[in-house]
Amino acid sequence: MEKLKNFTSSSLFLPIVALAVLLIFNGIFVEDFFDIQITEDGRLFGRVIDILTRSSSLVILSLGMTLVIATSGIDISVGAVVAISAAVVCTLIGGRGDGVAETPMALAMLASVGIGILCGIWNGILVAKFKIQAVVATLILMTAGRGIAQLLTEGQIVTVYYKPFASIAGVIPGMPLPTNVFIALAMVLLVVFVMKKTSIGLFIQSVGINPTAAKYVGINVTLVLFLVYAFSGFCAGVTGLIESSLIRAADANNAGLNMEMDAILAVALGGTLLSGGKFYLGGSVIGAVTIQTLTTTLYALGVSADQLPVVKAIAVIAICLIQSKKARDLFDKWKSGRSAKAVTADAKAVNKA
Amino acid sequence: MAAALLEMRHIDKVFPGVKALSNVDFTLHAGEIHSLMGENGAGKSTLVKVLTGVYPKDGGTIHLNGKEIYPKTPKDAQEEGISTVYQEVNLCPNLTVAENIFIGREPRRFGFIDWKEVNRRSIELLKKLDVDIDVSKTLDNYPVAIQQMVAIARAVDVDAKILILDEPTSSLNEVETERLFRIVRQLQKQGMGIIFISHFLEQIYELCDHITILRNGELVGSYEVAKLPRLELIAKMVGKNLNDVKDMDKMAEKSVPSDEVFIETNHAASTGQIKDVSLQIHKGEVIGLAGLLGSGRTETAEMMFGLKEVTGGSLKINGKDEKLSNPMAAMKEKIAFCPEDRKLSGIIGDLTVRENIILALQAMDGMFTHIPYSKQVELADKFIDKLRIKVSDRDQLIKNLSGGNQQKVIIARWLATQPRFLILDEPTRGIDVGTKTEIQKMAVELAKNEGMSVAFISSEMDEMVRTCSKLVVMRDRKKVAELTGDQISSDGVMEAIAGGEK
Repeated sequence: MEKLKNFTSSSLFLPIVALAVLLIFNGIFVEDFFDIQITEDGRLFGRVIDILTRSSSLVILSLGMTLVIATSGIDISVGAVVAISAAVVCTLIGGRGDGVAETPMALAMLASVGIGILCGIWNGILVAKFKIQAVVATLILMTAGRGIAQLLTEGQIVTVYYKPFASIAGVIPGMPLPTNVFIALAMVLLVVFVMKKTSIGLFIQSVGINPTAAKYVGINVTLVLFLVYAFSGFCAGVTGLIESSLIRAADANNAGLNMEMDAILAVALGGTLLSGGKFYLGGSVIGAVTIQTLTTTLYALGVSADQLPVVKAIAVIAICLIQSKKARDLFDKWKSGRSAKAVTADAKAVNKA
Repeated sequence: MAAALLEMRHIDKVFPGVKALSNVDFTLHAGEIHSLMGENGAGKSTLVKVLTGVYPKDGGTIHLNGKEIYPKTPKDAQEEGISTVYQEVNLCPNLTVAENIFIGREPRRFGFIDWKEVNRRSIELLKKLDVDIDVSKTLDNYPVAIQQMVAIARAVDVDAKILILDEPTSSLNEVETERLFRIVRQLQKQGMGIIFISHFLEQIYELCDHITILRNGELVGSYEVAKLPRLELIAKMVGKNLNDVKDMDKMAEKSVPSDEVFIETNHAASTGQIKDVSLQIHKGEVIGLAGLLGSGRTETAEMMFGLKEVTGGSLKINGKDEKLSNPMAAMKEKIAFCPEDRKLSGIIGDLTVRENIILALQAMDGMFTHIPYSKQVELADKFIDKLRIKVSDRDQLIKNLSGGNQQKVIIARWLATQPRFLILDEPTRGIDVGTKTEIQKMAVELAKNEGMSVAFISSEMDEMVRTCSKLVVMRDRKKVAELTGDQISSDGVMEAIAGGEK
């Protein structure tokens, strides 16, 4: 009972409920939703696996976004950085029809992640050092980013025929799940590990809640801000790899399009306030998976791609309302009302006796 | 006696885990200035917030002019004629004075706001309060004292029957306070009932007719000011008998400084902030920085903590020239600083008491390390116990503590770093009498028992006179006098501040 109470008042409760409701809905209305099959070569197969695979990009992006938002900032450039990163890796490997890589793939991957970090550093310098408002600072790269990606690809969609490139977002023979699921998992573990073993998390929250007081206790506010934007860039770089591998091409116009909005939504669904302060990495991950589940559900129910945004918006409104402060208050009231009723019932029983 | 203007009976208010008010009665008559007294956390603010509709009450009744009222929001209360001026001025600094006064109830003409009327009536209102300013300038052009007057003007214009002043004088100087009092008395004559909350006993005895005392959410009693000696009042507030209080007021022996100098400044200056300050702070010394607001005392403290750059003269620590370029540099020299504005630059509201306590120590250890949880708990519990911080548990959010307890947490934060030099900037502002004495005593004891150097900054003269072994008096961003031993007296300080001419 005590445990249940702890759980219902924990910050993860509502995000989990939202996801659970979606999953139950799926279980009822979508045929074979929870079925997982194993192919002959040991791969797992099924809708749930599908959701997990497709949400990995968003999970990674939302990790970086969570930390940025916790400092009461925002990074709306991640979608464009994904495009840059994709352009870098694809142009480096090259679109040669004979399937030969012009640059070793490992080097190309490093370069594209590096470019992501560089973009993050750029944002970090603007926000932390020059004290430009986060939305404005990252808006610069958001608009310029796709142009930069176009420059890199020379306006073409660079298609990579080099075979191993597909395995970043595909299955390496012998593995049960696509590689990007493992990448996302590794990123989550990395962040959790860093949060547990260092005090960066505490400092990020302090900066988000009260930057003046944080400065007065000796926290290097500039460095903290710089680091979160750099990390967000890193996340976007990694996502660029996955997104380009998925279609084996760099599409400067469409890679990572609107992903920054989905990432922000994932963070919000996860319970982190956009005003900064306390952050919930677990919540953001669940939020990202929820968004993907929603998309998959709607496709499974036969909603066409061009109508999808409308239905998705309605579902998002519902989820946000469930998690709003008002709803929380009502929920608390209902809970305390119930316990009060229980008490009066007890009292009545005693009186009767 | 005439019928009461306001009658609050058997008021109850419960917060999760705490009974904030229990069966409290409060009566206010028209034309009366009534003080609400009590230590931090006694329930004064809660009672006011119940009255003004900020919190719903959990029991009891409120009658205004004999009619029962149910204020559910501050707007309800305002419409009933209950106006409040809060401790922190809650106006919009980027709006004009006139806009601030009429925001939300602008006079209209043909559906549009009648700006001429707004300005005319604002000037008229402020004239009544003896304030003659340009009402079309934005509020942030004016000092806090004027902003306070604007807040009062706004409050009294809404046909208020009751005016609540919550710590209105904590950011005013004496002249401004006098002016405020004149206005309050004027409003009293017009038959308004006034609830006045303040930690300054002097002011309460000067201004009020009646005192209602609360303790731990319960009513202690309601008294006529003239019949209640001060010591008895304090005794009732802290719930001790009179002799204990007399003991408490007697300060322990002052600390005797050693000959070793910890930090010294030599004609130190900071562009636009400080002109010329030379001082020596010895080990085991409690030094007071006296002066009016804006005299440069806070800036001097900030300079010694690396928040203000030293642009002229020198600053030496343990005899060595040092350049403190940021707080961390000062912290590495074992300097600690409890800032003046607790809310703005002290507490990190949404973090727990434990996290707030270990934060400075963690910052010194660096971002990439982590104080083990068990050590954090140990540290937090040690200081909660040592400084007698009232918390429900160590993982309570600091923003839910009363002001005095928040201050203690900030002090604990710095004591955890084991400083050699502790700067306390207005550590007792807005804090009840009991905690005030505790903090003063602590400052002396730290210097005496641990050889710590302590700088104590306060607007309350007697507090500094009691606590400090040396007083540095500042005026116009310069040091103008240094008092030691028998020279330390309120008169001496006043003279030095006033210009030193006898």
